[in-house]
Amino acid sequence: MPEVAAAEALSVAGLSKRFGGLVAVDNMSFALAEKEVLGLIGPNGSGKTTVMNLISGAAKPSSGEIRLYGESITGIGASKVANKGVARTFQLVRMLPGLTVLENVTAGGVFGHARRWGKELEDHARALLRRVGLPDAAGAAVSALTYIDQKRVELARALASDPRILLLDEWLAGLNPTELKIGIALIEQLRADGCTIVIVEHVMHAIRSLCDRCIVMNSGIKIAEGTPAEVLADHGVIRAYLGEADA
Amino acid sequence: MSTMAKTSAGGAGLRITAREARNLLAGALIVVAAGFVPLLFSGYVLQVAISIVMYTAFATSWLLFSGPTNYIALSTAAFFGIGMYVTAAGIDLAPYPVLILASGVAGALLAAVMGLATLRVSGVYFVIFSLGLAELVRQIMTWGQHVFGTMSGLYVTIDRSEPMYYWQLLLLAAVIFLVGWWIGRSRLGFALRIIGNDEVVAVHCGINTARAKVILFVISSTFASIVGALVAPRWGYVEPVVAFNPSLSFQVVIMALLGGTHRLWGPLLGVIPFTLLWELISIEFPDQTTLLLGVCFLLIVYVIPNGITGLVEDALSRRAGHGGPVGDTLSRGAHGVIGSVRTLLQGRKRHNA
Repeated sequence: MPEVAAAEALSVAGLSKRFGGLVAVDNMSFALAEKEVLGLIGPNGSGKTTVMNLISGAAKPSSGEIRLYGESITGIGASKVANKGVARTFQLVRMLPGLTVLENVTAGGVFGHARRWGKELEDHARALLRRVGLPDAAGAAVSALTYIDQKRVELARALASDPRILLLDEWLAGLNPTELKIGIALIEQLRADGCTIVIVEHVMHAIRSLCDRCIVMNSGIKIAEGTPAEVLADHGVIRAYLGEADA
Repeated sequence: MSTMAKTSAGGAGLRITAREARNLLAGALIVVAAGFVPLLFSGYVLQVAISIVMYTAFATSWLLFSGPTNYIALSTAAFFGIGMYVTAAGIDLAPYPVLILASGVAGALLAAVMGLATLRVSGVYFVIFSLGLAELVRQIMTWGQHVFGTMSGLYVTIDRSEPMYYWQLLLLAAVIFLVGWWIGRSRLGFALRIIGNDEVVAVHCGINTARAKVILFVISSTFASIVGALVAPRWGYVEPVVAFNPSLSFQVVIMALLGGTHRLWGPLLGVIPFTLLWELISIEFPDQTTLLLGVCFLLIVYVIPNGITGLVEDALSRRAGHGGPVGDTLSRGAHGVIGSVRTLLQGRKRHNA
């Protein structure tokens, strides 16, 4: 794409979200380079998912600005954000139960960033199903899938629009150790393919192996930023997770 | 906007497959065969046949919107009444075909206003508002007649034979089927199925959900208004109490549910037996119609949640020896229109997740 030169894929400046008196996100600023994998970590309730919702347009920021490749996407609404090229998965996997596995994937590829239809769409969706490791599930009902397989379908749906940025909200949560390995390998593959990804995650070894850079949040505020090794050794971060006595 | 997104403009999606061609041909044959009914029958049988094609038009157009979205619209009577009134009011002013068109336009406008006002909110609010709409329009009409006219109703006097009514309604029903078939294979139809499954996912897939819902609600309601225009001369005299009778809206929903809401031809399978049953009820128990309508409703919702279509398909797949239909039935029942109906009856919030 021609407009990408310096390749700042996403920039967030002074982003805040208040729910009544509660400040869920407080003056967050960060940037994401193209092909970078950014981890967003922090204790429960620190505002990570809210940041994801603000970027994906599910919630409107109280103040601040979000730019996608230099273009403001602040408060334009989730469907338009998706059209611009931001795709996401959900903390609790969301399937379309009345649709087949294939349709669950094609759903992501018709109305979003890249728009396909007909045979081209179907071929694309089948290729994605192969890519996420479900080559034979196209005609199945989603209710017949295991949890990890549903997560794979959701990932394929997110990828179906050729997103410029992928938001993975605790995509690895709830997987058993074997599935976790598969899950991490999948995201590693995406990373190798050059996807730009923001990951919210609690699984620390996944963060270590997947992320170029990490931002740690606590009570809506950014408390640390750096490589996974740096931030996980940070005293402030350990205090945020484990409390004063262990720091 | 993302105009740079590669659009295949339908591409392969516009091609009609052999199977689709076969279905279209079968549909055309059925319509032609049904066209012979007035040549073979007259009197009471033809009257019932007219009812059947009229309710087929109603129930199928209702399904166009409510089927994929699971939003239960109880507004058929409002749009039917509007169509009747536009026709009745204009009968001395404009030729009949123009009035049919005008009725459709009036219905479309009303649907657009109502859709924009209510389709941003989901579920229960829409159901209640759609029901209230018929009453609201009826009150406005009654008031308008008091202010602008002296009589309580309007006469619609043009000469049409019974077979003509039948053929007009049959043609309209055929058009509704064609439009429904076209929507079903279009992006719009796919968008609505996604919305009906999970609106949050739909939005994040890039679908402008409000627009998609309003467009389909307008299409669906326009047809109900056109039925009003086609039927008005047959009734001859139009007054608010009759034109905006809310039990019509319920009958249409019940017929569609009886037939099954996950296939375009589902309502047809409900309309035929229910129209016959309703004839019987109206003759044998004229004072208990509302009660019996309620009983039918509950029986359908709890005993045959997937309608006659569901029963037929389950029987077919059982004979074919598939093990799958049970799970399929469950998912249809839990997530389709019937799921919304049950939720309403039980008065609790519906969870999509």
